[in-house]
Amino acid sequence: MSEAIWKMIGSGVLETLQMTVISTALAYLIGLPLGILLVVTEKGNILQNRIINTILGTIMNIVRSVPFLILLVVLVPFTRFVTGSSIGTTATIVPLTVGTIPIVARMVESSLKEVSPGIIEAAESMGASPASIIFRFILPEATPSLILGGAINLATVLGYSAMAGCIGGGGVGAIALNYGWYRYQTDVLLVTVVILILIVQIFQEVGTILAAKKRHS
Amino acid sequence: MSGQTALFQLKNVSKVFHTKDSEVRAVDDISLDIFPGEIFGIIGMSGAGKSTLVRTLNRLENVTSGQVIFDGQILGDLSSKELRAQRRSMAMIFQSFNLLTQKTVLANVMLPMKIAHVPHKEQKERALKMLKVVGLENKASAWPAQLSGGQRQRVAIARALAMNPKVLLCDEATSALDPKITEEILSLLKDINKKMNLTIVIITHEMSVVEKICDRVAIISEGRLAEIGSVKEIFTSPKTEAAKHLILPAEKELNSFDITDRRCIRIVFDGREASEPLIANLVEATGEKVNILCANTKSVGVVGFGQMIVELPREDDAVERVLQYIRENGVNFHEVQLEEVKSV
Repeated sequence: MSEAIWKMIGSGVLETLQMTVISTALAYLIGLPLGILLVVTEKGNILQNRIINTILGTIMNIVRSVPFLILLVVLVPFTRFVTGSSIGTTATIVPLTVGTIPIVARMVESSLKEVSPGIIEAAESMGASPASIIFRFILPEATPSLILGGAINLATVLGYSAMAGCIGGGGVGAIALNYGWYRYQTDVLLVTVVILILIVQIFQEVGTILAAKKRHS
Repeated sequence: MSGQTALFQLKNVSKVFHTKDSEVRAVDDISLDIFPGEIFGIIGMSGAGKSTLVRTLNRLENVTSGQVIFDGQILGDLSSKELRAQRRSMAMIFQSFNLLTQKTVLANVMLPMKIAHVPHKEQKERALKMLKVVGLENKASAWPAQLSGGQRQRVAIARALAMNPKVLLCDEATSALDPKITEEILSLLKDINKKMNLTIVIITHEMSVVEKICDRVAIISEGRLAEIGSVKEIFTSPKTEAAKHLILPAEKELNSFDITDRRCIRIVFDGREASEPLIANLVEATGEKVNILCANTKSVGVVGFGQMIVELPREDDAVERVLQYIRENGVNFHEVQLEEVKSV
């Protein structure tokens, strides 16, 4: 493999990390509140509301059931509207974020549901407001689980970002596709795959260590 | 207690849960008063509705009908904001402790004050003071997972006391603890009740808990108030089946070979006579031999209480002499059917 290709892979890795981290962060910005909302509006919970819960749950399920590759294409006009272009690293962040929001919301939902109902009852008995219950009781209790969920989501987004290579996105995925697959450069294909595996490993390990550090139960 | 203003007044409180095709009356038309400074026990078998009842006291459960009046205010009339303010003076502890596992002991005790926006410095000072009250000042920086069950309940008690409440509601607070630790927690509660003049409401299914610290007790059976009165009254002369059921478990300890065709009585000592050797005196005075099938004594509140099951002689006139002697000595007793008891 030539030096040029190594260089290209190097900048590809940076692009991939950029896409993955920014998209995941943006997805959490929206998905975390939605996940909280999914839990607290559930029947029997502190802000029980069947209408909001049903609508929200349905939207999340619909977005989640569209295959990511299709979502990429469907969202092209929206992406162009937001970033002014539909190809390249920045443009890829838009569909990645949209596709990841429902995954984050469901992941957050399941983490928050692990919190013992007894803790919420204790909070209510102390005279805690719904906001206090969420921010002082539920979220702190769920933190280790939320961190683990974050690591899993990063790995998922990384996989999605590689797919974005198909429609002109950047990053390692695009290199694997364009050089490794279309040009039959098996060595490039192998190297990029190994790099993707390593990145996922790192995300997962860091998440596990952070969660374990945080966990006191 | 009469003439005193009640801290809690329950007026015809009912709570009905609706399931798909039936309704359950968890609490059925209960009226009772709880007075300031007393330790009030609510006892019943599991499923009797006592946990639902205690949750109506701080409106964790809304009543279906009736009224709960706390400190002169009808809880049902309060807005959620007013209710939250009111709940700060009615603390609660639980069977499963319900401490936050991801916060230190100190942070847990500070939580109620944090919610009430007490200044941070004061939060810490008061939390440390409360930890001292429960004897855990050296565990402030520990995590709940590092503590034993008894210690966790102590932290929960410290947390409950932090806002200086008017009442402490205990929902099966000792049911997850072994007998020795239960004793310790109960003594602590009694101590707090005395020192801080804090009203305590205790929900339990164990008569021993009521005997140990309660002043008055309500017996709940199938959602209804079966009996209410001082612990001494209820213990020495239970009137209802539900009360007898809870107080007589000693009889369940009888072995099957103890079952007899002779008449048996249950003798109850209410402290005064417990120190006197009744049975020895009886045998001496009447010359009749009785057989003690089972006995147990314990201290209820400050007086010693005891009960025993005694098998009477076979001959009717001998039985009469024995009963006469016991009656003359002013000791409480009633006849029991052992076959019946065993089936309980």
